[in-house]
Amino acid sequence: MKSDRGLARKPATQNDPRERGGLITYHLSLITHFKVTVRIQSADFDVSAEINALRRNDPKVGAVASFVGVVRDVNDGGNVAQMTLEHYPGMTEKAIEEIIGQAKGRWQVLDALVVHRVGTLQPTDQIVLVIVTSGHRGDAFAACEFIMDYLKTRAPFWKKEQGGEGARWVEARATDDIAAERWRLKG
Amino acid sequence: MIQVLYFARLREALGKSSESIALPAGVRDLEGLRALLIARGGAWEQELAPSKPVRAAVNQAMAIGDTTVADGDEVAFFPPVTGG
Repeated sequence: MKSDRGLARKPATQNDPRERGGLITYHLSLITHFKVTVRIQSADFDVSAEINALRRNDPKVGAVASFVGVVRDVNDGGNVAQMTLEHYPGMTEKAIEEIIGQAKGRWQVLDALVVHRVGTLQPTDQIVLVIVTSGHRGDAFAACEFIMDYLKTRAPFWKKEQGGEGARWVEARATDDIAAERWRLKG
Repeated sequence: MIQVLYFARLREALGKSSESIALPAGVRDLEGLRALLIARGGAWEQELAPSKPVRAAVNQAMAIGDTTVADGDEVAFFPPVTGG
């Protein structure tokens, strides 16, 4: 398999594909140069298998940071029996690809993967997976947290919870905005 | 014509997930389109009121009030996102 890891380490400002063509060129180059990987699916995911697939025994990988979001049985004081996740097909993928692209511009990231589930989920189910591979843990931790914080406030997903008091759309949290905002102060 | 999409709580309250709208002369941006929809009254007036935290996208990119809307565009209205 052809490696493009050298390209992934270039600062995002160099060789900006937008200089050379339209939107299609830009998106293609994101995929080929940066190996952006986003999956939206209803099926569950296997964290270990996803990590192995992303690492591919690459000896340049010195650190793998991963985050798994899980459904809880309580939210804002109410019981949650199950929840339904809705998204905006097309835009959701683009928004997450853009977030990963930003992370790659700020930290030394070799590869990144985001898997987000949609549809009906129960407490203890996995919802979201973020994996970042890097040469060093500092970059892997920071990029992983950045991707998750930005996903919470910028990727078009909506949760509807069903509990003892009926169904309700989850309200956006101010703390999520604060979590995303603090990245502006760094870097 | 433009394609307008509604998601989540808005989709339920407005009773539709998408529609085609012929842009009247004078409607050139997102704020103008929102005003056009509010003028329908009822749930439209309630859900899209300026006091409501409605977010929008034009051609699948987050957009604000003065973002231009033109023939052929895909516009979406939705509540603040709650994924992850």
